[in-house]
Amino acid sequence: MTPLLQISGLGKRFGGFTALQAIDLDVQEGERLGLIGPNGSGKSTLVNCICGTLRHDLGSVRFGGKPLDGLAAHQRTRGGLARSFQLPRPFGTLSLAENLRIPILYAVNARGEGGLAGPAIDARCRDLLAEVGLADKAHRLPRDLTQIEMRKLELARAMAAQPKLLFADEVMAGLSHAEIDEIIALLFRLNGQGVTVIMIEHIMRAVMQFSQRLAVLVAGRKIADGKPADVVRDAEVVRAYLGE
Amino acid sequence: MDASLDLLLNAVISGLLLGGFYAAVSIGVAISFGMLDIVNIAHPGFILLGSYVAYFANTVLGMDPILAAVIALPAFYALGALVYQIYYIAFERRQDQSLGGLSFFFGLLFITEVGLVLIFGVDYRLVQARYIGPSLNLGWVELPLRLFVPFLVSMVMVVGLQLFLSRSFLGRAIEAVAQDQLALRLMAANPTRIKRVAFGLSFATAAIAGAILIIIQPVEPSIGREYIGRVFAICVLGGLGSFSGMVIAAVTLGVVESLTATFFGPSWAPAVSFGVLLVTLAVRPSGILGR
Amino acid sequence: MGSVPFALALVCVAAALFAVGRWLNISYAFFAAYVVVQYIVLGTAWNILGGYTGYVNFGITAFFALGAYSSVVLYKLVPSLPLPIMMVVGGIVAGLVGLGTGYLTLRLRGVFFSIATLALAVVVQTLITNWDFVGGARGAYVLRPRVAPLIGGDYIQYLFLLMLGLCVIALTTARAIEHSALGYGFAAIRDDEGAAEASGVPTLRLKLIATVLSGGFMGMAGAPLPYYVTYLDPSSGFSLNYAVNAIAMPLIGGTSSWLGPVVGAVLVGGLQEYIRVTISSAVNVLVAGVLLVVFVVLAPEGIVGLFRRRRR
Repeated sequence: MTPLLQISGLGKRFGGFTALQAIDLDVQEGERLGLIGPNGSGKSTLVNCICGTLRHDLGSVRFGGKPLDGLAAHQRTRGGLARSFQLPRPFGTLSLAENLRIPILYAVNARGEGGLAGPAIDARCRDLLAEVGLADKAHRLPRDLTQIEMRKLELARAMAAQPKLLFADEVMAGLSHAEIDEIIALLFRLNGQGVTVIMIEHIMRAVMQFSQRLAVLVAGRKIADGKPADVVRDAEVVRAYLGE
Repeated sequence: MDASLDLLLNAVISGLLLGGFYAAVSIGVAISFGMLDIVNIAHPGFILLGSYVAYFANTVLGMDPILAAVIALPAFYALGALVYQIYYIAFERRQDQSLGGLSFFFGLLFITEVGLVLIFGVDYRLVQARYIGPSLNLGWVELPLRLFVPFLVSMVMVVGLQLFLSRSFLGRAIEAVAQDQLALRLMAANPTRIKRVAFGLSFATAAIAGAILIIIQPVEPSIGREYIGRVFAICVLGGLGSFSGMVIAAVTLGVVESLTATFFGPSWAPAVSFGVLLVTLAVRPSGILGR
Repeated sequence: MGSVPFALALVCVAAALFAVGRWLNISYAFFAAYVVVQYIVLGTAWNILGGYTGYVNFGITAFFALGAYSSVVLYKLVPSLPLPIMMVVGGIVAGLVGLGTGYLTLRLRGVFFSIATLALAVVVQTLITNWDFVGGARGAYVLRPRVAPLIGGDYIQYLFLLMLGLCVIALTTARAIEHSALGYGFAAIRDDEGAAEASGVPTLRLKLIATVLSGGFMGMAGAPLPYYVTYLDPSSGFSLNYAVNAIAMPLIGGTSSWLGPVVGAVLVGGLQEYIRVTISSAVNVLVAGVLLVVFVVLAPEGIVGLFRRRRR
């Protein structure tokens, strides 16, 4: 079967700095992949290149068998990719419910397969906010939220786009144990509905619990890719994380 | 010698001189927009303010316009620091630079222009000085001092500021602000204070630029607007934040405008900068020296 | 309230205003009211791009004068052409120029678009000044018919009625945008363009739509100008006053809703007219600039925003 996401030979430079080098990564439909690596190892750059926020310099990205090259970010979102931003970027003058309305109007409805209308949109926004535990703040502005709530909003907004593939970029940083379990359960539910999930996370407990497969980026290269239990024992990974 | 070649040569020479003057007009924006990321579209209005200060000192006190500008430097610096302080409190701190900040400077531009109209009227004003009128005659080429003196003053100012930025401690701090504010804050320097100094400096250049503007041509309050497109065309073409690129761009634009004025008529010259600006933005937004 | 009832309500208000004017039958009142309504249109047009998407257009005079000079051209070619058609043509010309400028600069950071529009105003003025057919720097005369077509009475009444009609259309459009997917897309662009793209918003296309609508309305507002002033030269057609007022009024009134430009235009326009009559016309132009700076510094939400905040 063709993988849902096929990345081959992906490279990205910023001036003289190589952020990503010859990344190969295939993700099967329905898979739960964990992507880890130290700060600055290129995880977010990789997400940015796949989602079209940045243009990659070398290699190719295919999604659902079709190349993504040249597609703008919004076209990729419509095609079924969605991401949360590592540093939350809510729409500041819109209420929480309205924040979720944007991807419903512009990603879900733009796919033209029976979009949602008025009351259905409101109901969907309410449901999504309830899923991340923000139901009672639907009409508040993002500036009333804590940093942690903003991360939940980020995740909800990505989910609102009804993606085939979801990037959860450090949505759990700063959350309590109980909250982490809630989010993991939520991501499991999404995955159960057929959504492929790539979790980028520093909290190893969450990554290990969630991922079927683990890929490790260090200094812009993929140094390991395999079963989580094997990968964390990998000598190179241990060296990268713990130092020599 | 062929008459049209003669015309061409003189057009190029006066374009070069004009370009040197454009560098003085643009350097303030190269600092504020290029280095501090403050889109001070009111700068040409402040340059006109400088022109009228020189005009006032010249006609009432009989002072040399350039000397008047030098004396006015501290006042312009202080005014610039004040404007920055308001800008910082009202916009930069609130993270509302685009809509509010741009409108703020647009309002200042308008207030300056109308204020000058109210005080000095809408008639063209000019200054008297010994170097206005005579020309150096170098064979085929006429070198009008009216253009040559401003060219020299402008070059002195640009080189001086370049040396200040690259050699002095404060200058390097300004360049550091332009590169990376966070790093500077980690070094316990206060970026707001440094930006205030830099903005004050950019404002002070308007005093000099204004004085040489009124030496080159008679001035009325609304001509500042003509310079907005020109100044930003130069800064964008030169690559933001680069003085050398800015000077090259200024001279290029001066020559192109001068040729346009010579061969198509002076009333077409203002359109040149817009064309240059639009083409640069569309084709090469990082400027001629940009990567 | 849906768009249709809203438009009907506006039509009623406009009709009432016009009826009062007819009853008073004072030419001066029509001339003064025309200016205020024209500024409501200009402010609303500016706000569709500036307030809703956050992209600041300084080239108002370019779009406005393009409309005005389109009418001059049409007047010279086909003097009998009805003014509403001239307005449509002026709107199309200005909208196309907006499309071109936007296409070249809207991919970049917002400030570059703003700077390009500033320069656009200068270049359009240069072109008009050099175009002898429309009078060049000398200006052009337009004969204003003495009697208004269709409605009778003074011609200014006809001009006022057309501007009122345009105002109803502009306000209905602005309000419809606010409550539509387009409005949400605009707001997303204003708040965070990158996040908007990631949520599926085709930002460039939406910005172009806003620019075309905004420029088009400005052009339509400018189209009747030659008939209003009867003598149009570049320096009056491109007066910075139009630009400052069109920016100041929404910012003073509040940029977040259609009501802001209306409140701003009525208050500032009224105040200016009052100062022009009582003090001097030089001071009156200063008012908008000073109020603009005061409001963006001290009350960035504008008057409408201040009231909303108090109500919460």
